[in-house]
Amino acid sequence: MDERAELLDLLRENARYTTADLARMLGTDEAAVSEGIAALEAEGVVAGYRAVLDPAKLDPEPVQAHVECNVTLDRETSYDDIAERLAGFPEVESLRLMSGDYDFALEVEADSMGEVSRFVSEKVAPLPEITQTVTHYVMETYKRAGHRFEDGDGDDRLAYSP
Amino acid sequence: MSGDGPLAPSERVASVPESGIRKFFEVAAEMDDVVSLGVGEPDFATPYRAREAAIDSLQRGKTSYTANKGMAALRERIADHVTRYDLDYDPDAEVLVTAGASEAIDLAFRALVDPGDTVAIAQPSYVSYEPGVRFADGEPLPVPTCAEDEFALTREALEAAGASEADLLVYCYPNNPTGATMSEEALREVAAFCREHDIGVLADEIYAALTYEGEHTSIATLPGMRERTVVFNGFSKAYAMTGLRLGYALAPPAVVDSLNRVHQYTMLSAPTTAQHAAIEALDNCESDVAEMRTQYDRRRNFVLARLDEMGIDCFEATGAFYVFPESPWPDAGEFAEALLEAEQVAVVPGDAFGEGGEGHLRMSYASSMADLRTAMDRLERFLD
Repeated sequence: MDERAELLDLLRENARYTTADLARMLGTDEAAVSEGIAALEAEGVVAGYRAVLDPAKLDPEPVQAHVECNVTLDRETSYDDIAERLAGFPEVESLRLMSGDYDFALEVEADSMGEVSRFVSEKVAPLPEITQTVTHYVMETYKRAGHRFEDGDGDDRLAYSP
Repeated sequence: MSGDGPLAPSERVASVPESGIRKFFEVAAEMDDVVSLGVGEPDFATPYRAREAAIDSLQRGKTSYTANKGMAALRERIADHVTRYDLDYDPDAEVLVTAGASEAIDLAFRALVDPGDTVAIAQPSYVSYEPGVRFADGEPLPVPTCAEDEFALTREALEAAGASEADLLVYCYPNNPTGATMSEEALREVAAFCREHDIGVLADEIYAALTYEGEHTSIATLPGMRERTVVFNGFSKAYAMTGLRLGYALAPPAVVDSLNRVHQYTMLSAPTTAQHAAIEALDNCESDVAEMRTQYDRRRNFVLARLDEMGIDCFEATGAFYVFPESPWPDAGEFAEALLEAEQVAVVPGDAFGEGGEGHLRMSYASSMADLRTAMDRLERFLD
C-alpha cells in the first residue's frame, strides 16, 4: 500500500487521529501528513468528516427509515434532475441511485415516525416523477459507517501472557 | 521425588521456578482499568472463514481423532505453505501437526535430549524453553544476546557462552520478547558455528509471517542445515488462533518419527476442530494475515516513535509484535511494578525472559491504537 492509500485507510478508520499520530504510524513527518490530507481534500477524495453517532444513545432517539423510490423519466428529466431535488431535503441523510427493483434509496432521519411519514407522503411522493415509494423503518442499528455499536466483550485477554 | 508426601513434585519439576510474569499477573488481576502491553497474543479475532470451518466441522460431527501426524490434507497444505520461505518438506514424512508450536518444541526436547545433554538457548527468549529443557533432564545453557547486536544471535555470543559444547541450540526469530529478526547473513554465521560443532538447531519461527522489514529467512534453507534443523511454526500468531492450539514441526523423516513417538503417546493427535480451521486458514485467510500485519506495522511505528519522543532508548524491532526498550530505571522489575501501581499500565520486565533481558521492558503492541495511545500517554505522565 502506498502512503496515500495508507493515509486514506487510517482516515477512514478514525478521522480524528492527530497529524502527529498519523505521522508516527506511517513512519513519516507531520508536514507530509498535512500535505497529504490537504491534497485529498482539494481533490475531493475526502469530501468531509462526521462523527458516527449511536442513535440509541441520543435523546430524543431519532427515527431512521430506508425509503425506496421508483421514478419515471422523460425527455426533459434525468435521474440527476430528480436526485438534485431529493438531495435538497434536509431529512435525507443519504441518497443513492440503485440497480434492481427500485431507482433511488433514501436514508431518512427525523424526530418521530409521524415526521418521517409526513415527509415521505407530503414531500417525496408528490414529486411528479415519483411513481412509488416504499418506506422501511429501522428497528435497531448494529453497525454504521463501519463502526459497530455495543459489539463489545472488551479485551478479555489476560493482562500478562508469555 | 523431592520433599514430603507421595505427591510431592519431582526434583526436576521443583527445580523449575514459576514464570517471572506470574506475580505481575496477580497484581494486575486485582486492578481495574489496566491497559496491558503485557500480552503475548494477537488482539484480533480468528479470521471469520477459519472460525466458520471450525463450526462446520463440529456441526458435521467431525470430532474423532485424526492421524497422529495430523490430517493428511492439512500436512499437504502446510508443506505447500512453507515453500514461501523456500522450505521443502514431504507432507507424509516430514511434517508433524501438534497442539500449538509449544507442544512441538516440548516434543523436540523430550525426543532429542538425553539426560545431561546441553541445550543452548538464545536469550532473552520465550519463557518455556529453559523449563522444557529441564523437564527433559537436559542442561540449559543461556546464550545472552545484547542490544548492541540488536538482539541478534552472533557467533561471538555463542562462543562467549561456551555453546560449542552444546548438543542443541534453540532460538526464536522473529523474537519474543525483543521483536528482533535475523538477517540471512547473520543466520549464515550461526549455521556455520552449528555445522563446525555438530550442533542441532531447534528454530522457532512462529512469528515468521510477522516480519516487517525484509523477508524472513529460515536457517533450514542454508547449506548443510536442513538435516540438522527442526523448524517450528503454527497458527497462533499469524492467524490469531492462540486458543485453537495448533502448530507444527518440520524435520527430516527420522526426526519427525522420534517427535511423533512422544506425541502419539501423549497428545495422540492435535485437536481435530482446530485442524479443520487451519486448512481453511491456509486456503483462504491470507488477506486477513496481510491486514493484521499492516495494522501491527502501524502500531509498531507508533510505539517506537512515542518511545523515542519520550527519550526511551529502543532499538528498531522489526518482527513479531513486541518492542524491547531500555528500562528508564536501572531495575526494570521495580519500574514495571511502579508503572502498574501508579498508571495501571502493564509491561513485562525483560529479565523474565532470561539473561540479556535485564534492564529492558517487553511491550506488546498487539492492542488497539486507542489502548496504545492511552498506554503511551500514561507512561509519559509517569516519567514526568
